[in-house]
Amino acid sequence: MTRILGYADRVSAAPGERIQVMVSCEGLEQYDANLIRVIQGDINPSGPGYREESVSLDLGGPFKGRYQPINAGSHAVVNGAAPFNARTSLSVQALIWPTLPGRGSQTILSREDPESGAGFRLYLDPKGAAAFAFTAKGKKSEGISTEMPLIAERWYLVNGSYDAKNGALTVVQRPLKPYPKVNDAGKVSRTVPASMVSTDIEAPIMIAARPATDRPAMEHFNGRIEAPKVFSRSLKTEEMENPAGTDCKDLVAAWDFSVGISTEQITDKSGNQLHGHLVNLPTRGVCGHAWNGDEHCWHKKPEHYAAIHFHDDDLYDCAWKTDFEIRLPDHISSGVYAIYLHSGSEEYYIPFSVRPPRGTTTAPVAFILPTASYMAYANNRIGIDLPETEIVCGRLTQINPIDLFMQTHPEIGLCFYDLHNDGSGVFYSSRLRPIVNMQPKQIGHLGGAGSNLWQFNADTHILGWLEQLGQPFDVITDEDLEAEGSKALEGYRAVITGTHPEYYSAGMLDSLQFWLDGGGRLMYLGGNGFYWRVSWHPTLPGVIECRKSEDGIRAFAPLPGEFYASFTGEYTGLWRRNGRPPNELVGIGMVSQGFDYSSPYVIREASRDPRSAFVFEGVEGPVIGDYGLSGGGAAGLELDATDHALGTPPHTLVLASSERHSDLYLMTPEDMNDPVPGLGGTEAEIIRAEMVFFETPGGGAVFSTGSIAWSGSLSHADYKNDVARITINVLKRFLDETPFAPAPVKASRQPGKTTCSD
Amino acid sequence: MSRYRITRDDLKHAAEFRADPLGIPGPGLQRVLNLLRGGPRSGKYVLVVKEPFQRWVLGRLPADRGQSVEIMEGLEFTDLAEAEWEVFKLRWKANTGQDLEREL
Repeated sequence: MTRILGYADRVSAAPGERIQVMVSCEGLEQYDANLIRVIQGDINPSGPGYREESVSLDLGGPFKGRYQPINAGSHAVVNGAAPFNARTSLSVQALIWPTLPGRGSQTILSREDPESGAGFRLYLDPKGAAAFAFTAKGKKSEGISTEMPLIAERWYLVNGSYDAKNGALTVVQRPLKPYPKVNDAGKVSRTVPASMVSTDIEAPIMIAARPATDRPAMEHFNGRIEAPKVFSRSLKTEEMENPAGTDCKDLVAAWDFSVGISTEQITDKSGNQLHGHLVNLPTRGVCGHAWNGDEHCWHKKPEHYAAIHFHDDDLYDCAWKTDFEIRLPDHISSGVYAIYLHSGSEEYYIPFSVRPPRGTTTAPVAFILPTASYMAYANNRIGIDLPETEIVCGRLTQINPIDLFMQTHPEIGLCFYDLHNDGSGVFYSSRLRPIVNMQPKQIGHLGGAGSNLWQFNADTHILGWLEQLGQPFDVITDEDLEAEGSKALEGYRAVITGTHPEYYSAGMLDSLQFWLDGGGRLMYLGGNGFYWRVSWHPTLPGVIECRKSEDGIRAFAPLPGEFYASFTGEYTGLWRRNGRPPNELVGIGMVSQGFDYSSPYVIREASRDPRSAFVFEGVEGPVIGDYGLSGGGAAGLELDATDHALGTPPHTLVLASSERHSDLYLMTPEDMNDPVPGLGGTEAEIIRAEMVFFETPGGGAVFSTGSIAWSGSLSHADYKNDVARITINVLKRFLDETPFAPAPVKASRQPGKTTCSD
Repeated sequence: MSRYRITRDDLKHAAEFRADPLGIPGPGLQRVLNLLRGGPRSGKYVLVVKEPFQRWVLGRLPADRGQSVEIMEGLEFTDLAEAEWEVFKLRWKANTGQDLEREL
């Protein structure tokens, strides 16, 4: 059971700063809270042992437990509309592209009093047909339906109209592209007594939902809505056949979703200033009914992107009430910490980074906590939604308590590895909600045989190693890097990445590159890093967008024409499709993934180069890392290798590489233009992790392992092993101020996938 | 979904799996596993963790979000290899109608 959950308003804070903590309890009257430092989150009995350290700070508990709901589902709210005249006629019109017609009642536009239910709504009825209904105070709802189910993912013009002169209620649905022998158009009218109609209510207008008494909204729409309009008269038959213009007579409101696509505002073009706002981040920058392929970028032709895709499972901010606030001590050391909520056997961790005081460093090395990547995987349903998880991992999928919780509480929200209920891909992921898989002690699904850790908890293998080493280190997050740019890295001699820093924004990448160019030394201790381009919302905190355009290993493909981020207008997808392959930054880039067993590295000829002699001091070789908690080897899970065609610096030394993986390791789609036999790990030479080193022009250097599994080997034999020795050697040299000499470039750009050292 | 169909020729692969359920399979066994481990979410066998790294109970995934994972009480394991072999036999029987223990 997971009966206590929480989240914080921030994921990084400096000493002396405050953090708001939001908590929800189910059936727990009371809970307590402590601050702990996360040292080693792996609870595998074969591992180094779980370690956390209590911080002496009174957080004010015990606290009274209370339940705070998660209200998923996106919609628009328009406040301030004057009540419509009780005796006037009224019409509602919209273009819609339903994605789940027939799955319950789904609202297109409503104006209803949540208490009395009085008002009107245009909606899809449970059969998936367009329907229009009025409810008078204290009366039963009076409505009509075309009784003709709409076809999913087709554009329709739908109208609901009431004529006060004759009491006629009319609903019309018309497919924009009719098909012969497909009967999905409909028009139905009937007369209702005037006493049954109520329009003079003061409630907000809602688009894609209707109000509820026990939550903000219900009966959410799944699919796209474009150009919804309200008129203060009944529409003529011919007017119901075509979308009305904004110059149409008697318009009360005409929302144009092509305006402000990067914002949470919706704009009324009627002149009545009935602008509104969006709740729970429905997807913008999506193709509307007019999109024809002429333009693929929404900000170059916004009129083709005049739709918003609403989902009943969208979630941005749980908006829970704050349960308590903590003020970090003035002299707390930088590190990864967590607010530990507990009640009896129930416990929950809310991790965050204590960064050094702003404008300072407190250690020569910084660990970048890859919080954008944690958000990308937040509450992923890989174990419970994806049947292929077992086959790609080569073992039965283990379902953890958090998986059981997510299965019965899907309202906790989705991430970039999930599909919405309507099958469309998830483009936005937020941290303003409990992230149950971002906790110490948690076991993942893709982490390989052994500890099976992923992202946050896998990264604690590096934290534990630094702790055991006695190496002082600061911790900053992706959000710090995004917000402060390269200033966040100023003063550090070395920077260490996490195991899987896969998601990077342009700002984060610029910052890291700038710091590196200035002489920084980067230790990339992971795999499949710097892979996807993400966009941080320019104004909303704690949310990123990722559209996996073109290709790459992904859970879904965005629809054509939807490759530009709505938050920023950036082209999305792989960084290698954006002119900045990871090979340029760290010498290597993603070539393969597999999640069963990891392999060792074998030291290569280039390791004897005097330039890299420091790496292997005290290392016997030639085989290194044939052990570990992440698949039993140091090279595994997701693998990177050099590729000069993709920008691997020509003087890069390939120090070691893995040789053979299982056939569950397969090539990435972006490297597979022409599928041929032999693409598995036992045959394809491209499938390997390469450990590389190269110097940068500013006197700095880069060391990359190219494997997510690397950190799982650090603690082997009580940290006395070749993987730990190599990592220590590199860290020691990288902390030495002596600049790295510019490397001689032996060759011009080399073709294909050969390496400079081969 | 795999189009492969198990025949008696695959009994040697079943024996290979029984000998080392957690090993890296050869190509023939891998083809059998691709079939047995494939299939839709609904009803898929999973191991529900009772005690991390120590004790598991067999479960089956439901068809839809919001539904509970079916727990197959009594089918508990303290050894992952035993769990793999048990599920292999269940799936073999579902695919072929044959009791693998009797066939081998």
